[in-house]
Amino acid sequence: MVKLNAKTLHNEEYFYGHKACGGCGESLALRHAMKVLGPDTFAALPAGCMAAVSFIYPNMAFTTNAMITPFAATGAVASGMAAGLEALGIEGTQTIGIAGDGGTADIGFQALSGAIDRNDDIIYLATDNEAYMNTGIQKSGLTPYGTRTTTSPAGKNLPGSIRQKKNMFEIVAAHGISYAATASVGYLEDFLMKMAKAKAVKGTSYIHVFVPCPTGWGYPAQQTVSLAKAAVDSGLWYLAEYEAGEFKLNRNPKSFTPAADYLLAQSRFKHLTPEDISRIEAQRDAKWEIMRRKWLG
Amino acid sequence: MSGIRKFICGDDAVAEGVRLSRPHVISAYPITPQTIVVERLSEYVEEGSLKARYMHVESEHSAMSCAIGVSSVGARAFTATSSQGLLYMAETLPYASGARLPIVMMNANRSIATPWNIYGDQMDAMFLLNSGWIQYYVEDAQEALDMMIQGYRLAEDPEVMTPVMINVDGFVLTHTYELVEIPDQAGVDAFLPPLKMPLNSMSLEAPKSLSISAGNDTNMEFNMKQHLDMLAAGTRIQAVDKAYGQAFGRYYHGALEKIRTEDAEVILITAGTVTGTARVVVDRLRGEGKKVGLVKLRVLRPFPVEELTEALKGAEAVGVLDKNISFGYEGTIFTNVNSALMARAMTPKTMNFIGGIGGRDITKENLIEAYDKLFGAAAGQPLERVQYMNVRCDY
Repeated sequence: MVKLNAKTLHNEEYFYGHKACGGCGESLALRHAMKVLGPDTFAALPAGCMAAVSFIYPNMAFTTNAMITPFAATGAVASGMAAGLEALGIEGTQTIGIAGDGGTADIGFQALSGAIDRNDDIIYLATDNEAYMNTGIQKSGLTPYGTRTTTSPAGKNLPGSIRQKKNMFEIVAAHGISYAATASVGYLEDFLMKMAKAKAVKGTSYIHVFVPCPTGWGYPAQQTVSLAKAAVDSGLWYLAEYEAGEFKLNRNPKSFTPAADYLLAQSRFKHLTPEDISRIEAQRDAKWEIMRRKWLG
Repeated sequence: MSGIRKFICGDDAVAEGVRLSRPHVISAYPITPQTIVVERLSEYVEEGSLKARYMHVESEHSAMSCAIGVSSVGARAFTATSSQGLLYMAETLPYASGARLPIVMMNANRSIATPWNIYGDQMDAMFLLNSGWIQYYVEDAQEALDMMIQGYRLAEDPEVMTPVMINVDGFVLTHTYELVEIPDQAGVDAFLPPLKMPLNSMSLEAPKSLSISAGNDTNMEFNMKQHLDMLAAGTRIQAVDKAYGQAFGRYYHGALEKIRTEDAEVILITAGTVTGTARVVVDRLRGEGKKVGLVKLRVLRPFPVEELTEALKGAEAVGVLDKNISFGYEGTIFTNVNSALMARAMTPKTMNFIGGIGGRDITKENLIEAYDKLFGAAAGQPLERVQYMNVRCDY
């Protein structure tokens, strides 16, 4: 497989002219995902920012076939599109479902599980910005501990969200999926290669990409990529793959950058006390201890 | 053109009709009393008598969502459901109709919880009258089979391009057996050509965005166009039925059938299987010299105002049998019929007979009593406008 990077990636665009906020990490992920998948892509997007900013009649942001689906239905609609294309004998296409963290880990979870269970030939791209951004920054099942959202306020009694992120990557892998990976818009080449791998897979594949949101997280728009990198470098996000029944850590830092540097750069974490941050680091270390023990041959 | 005859149940007949219609993909989730339909279809796929993909989805919400995906790329989709399943997929139905996707769905009419009940009434489909789907109600297994084929022809008509729901009364029809003529495949293929939806499906040649968003500057127009096309679909319902009659020898009189209404003083309106009982009652009462008539309402959306008011002309009293209650008001068909009468400045006495809820029997005696009450209303007797058939509590 040709190594995909700024030099080798073509200049065609299949997703542009949308109304996303400046610095939107999610639209950055979509743009690059579509560049890998190409013009013969059929995309299904449920309610969420990307649907809201891309299908505003009469201005359509996808140059390929694309549609808005019922919120809970990304996996099912994408499955149906792939099945319809196959039944009609239309070859050489790629079907993709693209949903946010809420659309994936909460309301769309069941339909995603059904699609993986059938091993339908689709890619499911989960774009994780850790809250319901389109509706105004409410807590989702992928909002991490200590996050201030509009439904998990931080105050005297609570530090914001009190639960850790659902472990979607491993939940998906537990289905015995053909291919699954985590990624970040901070490490675009890694993300591009994983998209290319998913495209080559016959059967269901799942990419969970971490996408900072300046509007929802409270940071200057130009820091999206550096924050996405910082999340990985501080160990609060990780780059991994699940393939042929095996987990693989793509990046195993010898040491982590301080979690506080990443967290306190965002207004959603500004309220965290040193104790809260220590707790987050302890959760991180426990997670990495398990990943390293189990996933590093 | 005639085919073979089989002694089968209503669900079997639906499955036969679907097989003849050659859907590309079936996505379905089991629910009583629809289950036999999806069991048969999966058997057809397994044995190869139906070349389709059978998708095992994890819910009704995904069943319809899959069908939306299938239809959006221009392939023929089928699903079937009932009751809570229909309500569970409810939010997806306007996605299908708004995107003008010609999906056909069989709904086995069943009671709505709670109290939990698996037997037939028509509460489920009434919830979805406003979903933008064409709604048929059938009387027997033969009509169920025939309407699957007609349903696709109508849904896929370029002037219609609207999904169709075929309602089949739970148990009373889904699980009862009758002799059904199965049309031959060549005849069906001639009647129902391969699906073409050049304007509203995705394609590699002309990529499209579907199910788009439209703000307050354009949204009303999208809804209006959908509404106007749905109204206009009324004429296509008649045309498709006539064409079917010419091809297969069975014609169902379009959106409604008039049974001995010409000189009728009182007319009862029914939808679904209870029509069969009412036919017997009408013949019996006519034998006694009573001028009674019956209207079998086959289509509730688009609502056949013209045909209905024409059929009711001259009647002194009109009764509407509703196997549903719109809680806090009356039977839903009754409301619609009264509105149609008002639109034509017609003023017969009208009465609502609510019955069959949760599978409660509606007997010939119940219908005779209904006709008696209609004669009473016509004669000026002060009767409650909404009557409840065969009910064991006071009201």
